[in-house]
Amino acid sequence: MKKTKKTGLIFFPAFDWAISPTHPEREERLLYTQDQVFEEGLLDFENIVEYKAGVASIDDINRIHICVPSAEKVITESHLISAGGAITAAKKVMEGEVDNAFALVRPPGHHAMRVVHGARGFCNINIEAIMVEYIRKKYGPKRIAIVDTDCHHGDGTEDIFWHDPNTLYISIHQDGRTLYPGTGFPNEFGGPNALGCNINIPLPPNTSEEGFLYTLDNLILPILEDYKPDLIINSAGQDNHYSDPITNMNFTAQGYAVLNERLAPDIAVLEGGYSIETALPYVNVGIIMAMAGLDYSHVLEPDYNAATIKQSQEITEYIENLTAAILNKWRLRDMARKDASHNREFDQRTKTIYYDTDNIHEEQTESVRICQDCGGLVTIDSMATTPNRIFAVIVPGQSCPACRKRGEEIFDSTSKSAYGYVYFQDRDRDIYLVK
Amino acid sequence: MLLGIDVGGTHTDAVLIEGTRVVEKAKVLTNQDDLSLSLLAVTEATLHNTKPEELERVVLSTTISTNAIVQNRTSPVGMILASGPGLSPSMLTINEHCHFVSGYVNHRGIPVTPIDRDEVKNIGVAFKESGIEHLGIVGKFSSRNPRIELDIEEAVDFSFRHCSLGHQMSGNLNFPRRIATTYLNASIWDLYGKFVEVISTFVSQFHAHFPIYVLKADGGTFEIHQSAQYPAQTILSGPAASIMGILSLTHSADDAVALDIGGTTTDIAIFADGTPLLEPLGVTIVGHKTLIRGLRTRSIGVGGDSAVLYDEKGFHIGPQRKGPAAAFGGPCATPTDAMIVLGLTTIGAREKAQAAIDTLAGKAHQSVEETALHIFEATCRHIATAVKHMIEDVNNKPVYTIHELLEGKRVIPKILCAVGGPAEPMAPRISELLELPVTIPEHAEVANAIGAALARTTTELTILADTEKRTVTVVEKGLQISITAGFTRDDAIQMCREHLRERALTMGAGEEDLAMEITEDQLFNMIRGYSTVGQNIRIKGQVKPGLISLHDKGGAR
Repeated sequence: MKKTKKTGLIFFPAFDWAISPTHPEREERLLYTQDQVFEEGLLDFENIVEYKAGVASIDDINRIHICVPSAEKVITESHLISAGGAITAAKKVMEGEVDNAFALVRPPGHHAMRVVHGARGFCNINIEAIMVEYIRKKYGPKRIAIVDTDCHHGDGTEDIFWHDPNTLYISIHQDGRTLYPGTGFPNEFGGPNALGCNINIPLPPNTSEEGFLYTLDNLILPILEDYKPDLIINSAGQDNHYSDPITNMNFTAQGYAVLNERLAPDIAVLEGGYSIETALPYVNVGIIMAMAGLDYSHVLEPDYNAATIKQSQEITEYIENLTAAILNKWRLRDMARKDASHNREFDQRTKTIYYDTDNIHEEQTESVRICQDCGGLVTIDSMATTPNRIFAVIVPGQSCPACRKRGEEIFDSTSKSAYGYVYFQDRDRDIYLVK
Repeated sequence: MLLGIDVGGTHTDAVLIEGTRVVEKAKVLTNQDDLSLSLLAVTEATLHNTKPEELERVVLSTTISTNAIVQNRTSPVGMILASGPGLSPSMLTINEHCHFVSGYVNHRGIPVTPIDRDEVKNIGVAFKESGIEHLGIVGKFSSRNPRIELDIEEAVDFSFRHCSLGHQMSGNLNFPRRIATTYLNASIWDLYGKFVEVISTFVSQFHAHFPIYVLKADGGTFEIHQSAQYPAQTILSGPAASIMGILSLTHSADDAVALDIGGTTTDIAIFADGTPLLEPLGVTIVGHKTLIRGLRTRSIGVGGDSAVLYDEKGFHIGPQRKGPAAAFGGPCATPTDAMIVLGLTTIGAREKAQAAIDTLAGKAHQSVEETALHIFEATCRHIATAVKHMIEDVNNKPVYTIHELLEGKRVIPKILCAVGGPAEPMAPRISELLELPVTIPEHAEVANAIGAALARTTTELTILADTEKRTVTVVEKGLQISITAGFTRDDAIQMCREHLRERALTMGAGEEDLAMEITEDQLFNMIRGYSTVGQNIRIKGQVKPGLISLHDKGGAR
């Protein structure tokens, strides 16, 4: 017998919301998942408790995002509920009502970056990031690891926590050379103050259970053991499934359940996954049962056939080499960080960001103050085809006095004349100013 | 004239109602060994001035099914389960005669794997050999497509006394509950059938023709011969009788709280806009979670006869009952004794109540009055808190649309209605604690029988249309019908109303009592790739619990 855990389930399928009528992110998406979860009677288990999703506040969004022109203008109610559902999951775990929790909510969030001019990759706001900062605001500083098992690189989550040494972001996804958003390579390793806190694991198309679980056991779990997070969050995208219509991987419901059991996240949050009829019902049932410590060995897709989805020897070898290289890079991270911050006051990067869902282009220059004492002051100059140009000053959580002082000076001295809006965000003091 | 009879574990109550007036009421002790004796006693007491042919209908509420299950006086049932992928069989095994077979339809009701006829046949042979006469056949997602269950029934190939099929029990999803419901239905089928015979024989002596109904757990009724096929529906109809009685006695169309304060327990129910709330999925009986539609009640272990104890942690009220109140010769102090000491009621022997409370007062170093007040207050607070929690639970029910989450109805009671022995002395204080006005209706002591007499026939029906597969399923009837691709939501609603009406009439509803409503109305476009391949339409209708016409705007008085 497995040891059962008390699992909170926040189910919010938003049956009355779609990006557009035929968009994958539509009303029907979690319909069959609901059917399967209900038919299996999972909510009747004593150790599975369903909670109503809460509604996130605009302050919750402003704690992590710079929304242009404002949070109210880039979201709909559905986003507040999906972020609110993630926050509800966190609250139930943090307050000890449950051992772990799964926010089975939509719409997703992991492509939403720090600055939000609109929707990209079906995401407007980053629901995990909002949840993470809510946890820190409400329950104090925490070392948090986010393991993103969506098939697409979570470029939004990467962007938001790029400079944060207290958040370890690990993304396992289909190689960006073959899939949206085209990023997520091992050399994207975190900002100079947080080098090593961003781990990308791009797996080749047709990776199967074997490859995913090998990567988990030989790379992700050892890294987590080193990092020793207070909390593990799983961005539980389900589009690595062999039947997903917009990706090319061969993962399974059993595989997702095993992965979840070994990873043992405190909180899981649904991300993508668009094989709504043949994958999601089984994957979600598998994840819920794994989290609750129930026997999931009979959770199989009706058309499951291990032989047809077995990965090639070539893929196996590729993954063995890839994971060994990344693990090596991880082990040498402290040395790399010293080199990256040597004798420099600022580090700067420029990005071109495309919002595929809303067809917006953004040019961004981001600077970070090299700092040994905190994540470092960040400033962002962003211009979009909307056509808004903004400047943002971001004082990180657990900031050092020097970074904060510098941030305040920059915000005070930045004139509004060149920009539509100038923003100031201070996580520790929960301040958000716009001029 | 309407006759309502509630056959309870202790008492059998009856009322005779003419128009909206209670003209006779009677209460006798229930004879568990021969129910017909109790029936004879109450009918004699209520019908002495009435000719049998004046009776328009007789409604019975009975604990026979409940007691059979609680006391384990059930028939062995051979269960054949087609469980498909999902929960492991070890989590679904309900008794020692459980067999798992192949055959699966998926969440859309699309057949994936057929049954293996030989496998099923062999199980049938094995059941016969071990003397099993009652079968339960349940398939996963059979409420989406009953094919697998029907195929298994056909393949068993033996005539068994009875076979309960999962999809006939409920149109709702929940495989483990469907298994439990089907199992219970088959297990009490024999015993309940005998009860129906007893009643039929009993009634035949009146030489009059009037329909006989039996009360269900959802506070609705069905005709007695229909009930013989679905005996599980009569489980836990006792509390439902009282709640329907309260409904008829209060005439409230608002949100309301109903309390039935008894000796051992207090039952709480909630009305939303004058309709009693139902359990979201079904009632629970001796650990079996079922799909049996039932009124949502919460029972707490506090009543007038609860044993009151005192230790270093303070006073403890209930959940045990050790006998009647001390004032009636019971072994220990009870809330009733406290109320006697406080002068809130004048029943029983005051000096015995005083003495029992005095024993506790000595331990607690308080005066007798202080102690009595303490016990009374704690009892009322306990009940008030449970009411608040129940309302909170109702209002925190998860919802799945933005509209419901942001604008869904919240239950905000406007009135408290209390019945039961201790209602008179306790309800005023509970009403203060809840900040609600209170009513204690007349005839409250036979509210259960009144509820039975006036309850209307209820039923529900589910329509699932899949325009890609061009089928519509009438779930509870096990029907699958072909449709054209142009089948619409309106067509589905229309179809639901027609089948619901027909089913309600079959179950015994009168034409004037078809209070039909659509309770679920969902339409999803099914998109594959980027184009619409069809629509998935889900419609549920019900005749909701309520009172028969003439009474639904204000019941008995």
